[in-house]
Amino acid sequence: MLSHPDLAKLIFGRLSLDSLPLHEPIVVYTFIAVALGGIALLGTVTYFKLWGYLWREWFTSIDHKKIGIMYMILGFVMLLRGFSDAIMMRAHQALSFGDSHGFLPPEHYDQIFTAHGVIMIFFVAMPMVTGLMNFVMPLQIGARDVAFPFLNNFSFWMTVSGAMLVMASLFIGEFARTGWLAYPPLSAIVSSPDAGVDYYIWALQIAGVGTTLSGINLLVTIIKMRAPGMTMMKMPVFVWTSLCTNVLIVAAFPVLTVCLALLALDRYVGTNFFTTELGGNAMMYVNLIWIWGHPEVYILVLPAFGIFSEVTATFSRKPLFGYASMVYATVVITVLSYLVWLHHFFTMGSGASVNSFFGITTMIISIPTGAKIFNWLFTMYRGRVEFQLPMMWTVAFMVTFVIGGMTGVLLAVPPADFSLHNSLFLIAHFHNVIIGGVLFGLFAGITYWFPKAFGFRLDPFWGKCSFWLWVTGFYFAFMPLYMLGLMGVTRRLSHFDDPSLRIWFLIAAFGAFLIALGIACNIIQFFVSFKNREKLRDTTGDPWDGRTLEWSTSSPPPKYNFAFTPIVHDHDAWWMMKKNGFKRPLGGFVPIHMPLNTGAGVIMGAISFVFGFAMIWYMWPLAALSFVALLAVGIGHTFNYHRDYFLGADEVTRTEASRTELLASHV
Amino acid sequence: MSAHDELHAHGDDHGHDDDLGIHATFSGYMTGFALSVVLTVIPFWLVMGHVITKSSTAAVIILALAAVQIVVHMIYFLHMNAKSEGGWNMLALVFTIVLVVITLSGSIWIMYHLNSNMMPSMMDPSNLP
Repeated sequence: MLSHPDLAKLIFGRLSLDSLPLHEPIVVYTFIAVALGGIALLGTVTYFKLWGYLWREWFTSIDHKKIGIMYMILGFVMLLRGFSDAIMMRAHQALSFGDSHGFLPPEHYDQIFTAHGVIMIFFVAMPMVTGLMNFVMPLQIGARDVAFPFLNNFSFWMTVSGAMLVMASLFIGEFARTGWLAYPPLSAIVSSPDAGVDYYIWALQIAGVGTTLSGINLLVTIIKMRAPGMTMMKMPVFVWTSLCTNVLIVAAFPVLTVCLALLALDRYVGTNFFTTELGGNAMMYVNLIWIWGHPEVYILVLPAFGIFSEVTATFSRKPLFGYASMVYATVVITVLSYLVWLHHFFTMGSGASVNSFFGITTMIISIPTGAKIFNWLFTMYRGRVEFQLPMMWTVAFMVTFVIGGMTGVLLAVPPADFSLHNSLFLIAHFHNVIIGGVLFGLFAGITYWFPKAFGFRLDPFWGKCSFWLWVTGFYFAFMPLYMLGLMGVTRRLSHFDDPSLRIWFLIAAFGAFLIALGIACNIIQFFVSFKNREKLRDTTGDPWDGRTLEWSTSSPPPKYNFAFTPIVHDHDAWWMMKKNGFKRPLGGFVPIHMPLNTGAGVIMGAISFVFGFAMIWYMWPLAALSFVALLAVGIGHTFNYHRDYFLGADEVTRTEASRTELLASHV
Repeated sequence: MSAHDELHAHGDDHGHDDDLGIHATFSGYMTGFALSVVLTVIPFWLVMGHVITKSSTAAVIILALAAVQIVVHMIYFLHMNAKSEGGWNMLALVFTIVLVVITLSGSIWIMYHLNSNMMPSMMDPSNLP
């Protein structure tokens, strides 16, 4: 590199050619594959001259629908990465018995399980949940966009920036080897001097800015922008669960930010918050991170509960059973989720009083959750249940989630937890609720709202293939882990001596293989549906005979969502409108006030990536420069007064007229 | 941009039309300022003048004054009351207080336990739970 070593150190910090993992064949091959794929993708985009289109219509878009879709794409791409980690772990554990040591060296294996957890929670589940809320919620409340459209775009690009940092760690340097929550003292500078934990900290901090801001944004949207007549108790249940999720985000994510900031101070400037010297205490980190971590679980699962509520009501052709109890259960879960965090560290040394308090609150939280399950069952009871794909996911969820919930209550008993803590039983439990709850919910939601987003339905055949592979694959992959956990096998092991355990790991690996086929079917489903889009076209805007307002507009919705803001009289607003013989207004349109696209979000996201990367590698001049640039662009954007425009009445009339024509031609 | 476009079709929907409840008056700001000064001076006086000899009592009093200071700021400077923003401010405040109390008291309780059980060198038999 540079001839002068001091200058090189100033510019590149601790980054050198040795930081590239050239000694890891797996990483090198992955890099080659990713690079070829990336070049192919960029080449295709350039060949079809799509850059301008992507920039104008997507990257700079502040339309909540497009941002929602981009969040979903980010989540799906990261799912592929997170799942590759998962299947490598499963394969490695199935092989690594006795004399064989598998194919992953321990330090690489440790990075993989850390990356798997971080990616699946922060960059798969969170973007997908945020994406669905972004797309669906404003439509359900009859709004034209979110409260702060630019902030929405900015939040998305900050999340992307965090995801890119995690991806960069695969090829430049290494990722944390600490487990997905990076407990000190292992994550302290003494035990983890390399860049891995710093990648972790900065990726999460940058993505966390996005998450917090989008939480504020969606919260304000729900409170301030509901259609006239939609009182709180007339909101669709998905809007209710979104509201509670965003309240949780706004209240919980600052705790994570502070916790990681203190860890960063320990690592960067030598403070002693989480060391054993000078009054520091590593246990405080565990306490703080779980004050965020437990609400996070409900941040993920509440929107899924909302999706199941919408899906069950729609496909049972009945109003949701016990709307009010559903709402109260959601609110109770929101508050209770702050009262249970210690159950993640029962074994850390609290006395009997603390452990029993948190054990009991944990068991109490299963009551509102159980009430929800009964509400869905009673909604189906005597309904005309149609087993379309979203409903199948919902039923699979109910069965799977109840099993996961029961093992959760088992773990909530402190004496039982003492023998199950950090065992594979725990791993099986939380995958049971996260896959069975959040992921199945996301799949139900994606299948349910896909026609709304793109104007054509997803192919049901490949969807069903994917469904059965995912569900059976899940049971094959995680039921053995319950057995292993009960036998005392702990998590994160890279090698086993007892050959009698191997059969369970082989079964689990088979399950992971089935899930891989399920993901392949997902991808095929997208391609097949796109190919047959004319046959699967949704001309009505209401393919499932839905109940809530998003189905009253066209599929995909016009950029202004609703030509006239709907007036709401009851819940299931669209259902009531259909029953009362609602006629679409065909004239009298007025100009619509719309937000204008801006590139500031993309630019600030990109600068944040550079800033994070510079901080990770101690490139101080670059870090200072990029931070100043970040502030400059942010402040500069506040002087952009050219932010909105009026969509002319003639364009609205034209858009609505073409829909009238479409509706008339497909009666 | 906003759900209120039809109601305000003349394009004045930049503002947030629920903000009408604020009554910012000069005397209100002066009252708030005076109260803040008083509430700041008392803790300084307590510390500088060694008025209360027992430091824990002094700390409790100062914390209590700080809490009152927060309320003064919210009422006189942020113009919050039980009815502002249709009651949402009050609801958010109550929720925040509940969470802060849970988090703080829970953390103190937990860390006290961890400290007395897991730090043998500091262990004093009377501290055992």
